[in-house]
Amino acid sequence: MVTRLTFAGVIARVFMWTFLLCLAVVVVYPLTWMVLNGFKTNAELFGNPFALPLQWGWENYSAAWNRGVSNYLTTSILVTVTSTIATVFISAWAAYGLARVEIPFSRTWATVILGGLMLAPTVALVPLVKMFQSMGLYNTFWALLILYTAFRIPFTTFLIRAYMIDLPREVDEAAEVDGASRWTAFWRIILPMCRPIIISVIILHILFAWNEYLFAMVFTSGTDVQTLPVGLTSLMSRHGTDYPVVFAGMVIAALPVVVLFFACQRYFVKGLADGIGK
Amino acid sequence: MLLTQQSELLDRVPAVQTAGPRPPRRSSRSTARRLLALGWILPAVVVLAVFVYLPLAQNLGFSTLEWDIYSGSQEFIGAENYQRLVADPIFWSSLWNNVLYAVVSLAFQVFGAIVLAAIIESIRQDRWRRGLRAIYFVPSAISLTVAGLLFYFIYEPNLGMLNHALEAVGLGAWAQPWLGQESTAMISIIAMSQWQGFGYSTLLFAVAIQRIPSELYEAAAIDGIGAVRRFFTITLPLVREMTGLMIIVTISGAFQVFNEVMVMTSGGPNNSTQVLGTWLYRNGFVRNDFGYAAAIATVIFVITLGIALVQLWINRRRRVEW
Repeated sequence: MVTRLTFAGVIARVFMWTFLLCLAVVVVYPLTWMVLNGFKTNAELFGNPFALPLQWGWENYSAAWNRGVSNYLTTSILVTVTSTIATVFISAWAAYGLARVEIPFSRTWATVILGGLMLAPTVALVPLVKMFQSMGLYNTFWALLILYTAFRIPFTTFLIRAYMIDLPREVDEAAEVDGASRWTAFWRIILPMCRPIIISVIILHILFAWNEYLFAMVFTSGTDVQTLPVGLTSLMSRHGTDYPVVFAGMVIAALPVVVLFFACQRYFVKGLADGIGK
Repeated sequence: MLLTQQSELLDRVPAVQTAGPRPPRRSSRSTARRLLALGWILPAVVVLAVFVYLPLAQNLGFSTLEWDIYSGSQEFIGAENYQRLVADPIFWSSLWNNVLYAVVSLAFQVFGAIVLAAIIESIRQDRWRRGLRAIYFVPSAISLTVAGLLFYFIYEPNLGMLNHALEAVGLGAWAQPWLGQESTAMISIIAMSQWQGFGYSTLLFAVAIQRIPSELYEAAAIDGIGAVRRFFTITLPLVREMTGLMIIVTISGAFQVFNEVMVMTSGGPNNSTQVLGTWLYRNGFVRNDFGYAAAIATVIFVITLGIALVQLWINRRRRVEW
């Protein structure tokens, strides 16, 4: 393709690139500021917020770590990993049942499962608190595991089901002819074929569980069961104006998902294209 | 054994797929077997029934109670909580804040994001295209809590970046306690939220644009059609489905806002940044007025369900059209 560069075209491109780069600065600069502040002393922070730190020490990071961040991190990892596994398995099972098995009243069941997509977690908050209190699960890790799984099943099932529907029907029939049970067909054939969408629902669930705030705040109160998002706000309120420590905690909380995103960007975009793009 | 079977199957698939009509489905399944098939969806249905649908139904019941959490006394008061709601000025200002949130988010995270995605996807250098997409997405990965805390500090009058930056460029007169005064607090929170969320929707639109067949753009280029017209005649119509989805997701998200408000202002100053979610939280979990909180929850339920049903209706109509 031959492009002729007209004067107006050049101006337009200059404008476009200026705009894109300005936007990138608007995004990156606050993040850089956050990381830099994690290295400063309180006096430096209040003295000149734009200056670079005088010394690059890790004191704030170790202080944050010792003041609860290590606990928050452990809880966050535990809740994220377990709820990801539970959500993806239950959803993949349901998606298989809805997409590839003849079940009685399948439309009704699909409505029941996918209809959950429309319901906001806020709406069930008050009864859920009562329920978890009476079950003795309030302020435990189990509360978050159950809630993160339950409220993400509709979305996860929706994405996996959309992918499974498009797999050729003959795959199941061939499996049946070869004597494979439904169970074997699911594990050995359908699930491996769904790998792209499974990877992206895993990433989406990790992003969700790592960052969720409402349930984590309402259902936990002790340092040992709080996740990072809630832990950070309590770090903030407990330590008054020791802000550099809070900044260090924020960096610790943000880093894992940012690294995860950059590592999986390719799969993530592909999975979104396959799943949501439909 | 199974592995070879599987690869054989995969090899066979394309040939079978293109060959002729589907074989008729066998209908001679025993009832027992069909009931057994329900086992696939059972875990999901049970979890959803107990932890999503049951609480939802209970919430409707709770909203008709006067419920003192300390004495444990519950009294049926019918629609009184709803009457209280209608007369509650903070409820209405919360609702208005949600609406404001929705409108601004539509402008930035739907219409802004389409334009931005189209610009990014028009870049020919692969590295720049991917790099910019990734950079813009980072705020969405760092979580609303971290972003909220970060902007709490940015808006902070003494050490905050914003006031210092304004002074540095000679606009010191504009410096103000952004989150500390009623007139600017809500819009400051909404602005943070746009910063945090636009990369995510831009990424989704970029994905949708990538799915547009490139022949269309090539044909347009041959015909000498300019970038702006290309955007309106090709890009915009062909990402219509994604646009519809994002409009609904954005609006319904705006009525569920909680995290950023809680982190940055907790609804203050003087309830000026209260949204439905935080007003529910405050009544239910700070004032222990569970019945009233349940009534607010019902309002959120009705609004978000209404938005979702509109989405379903539009989808269905569209299918018939095509």
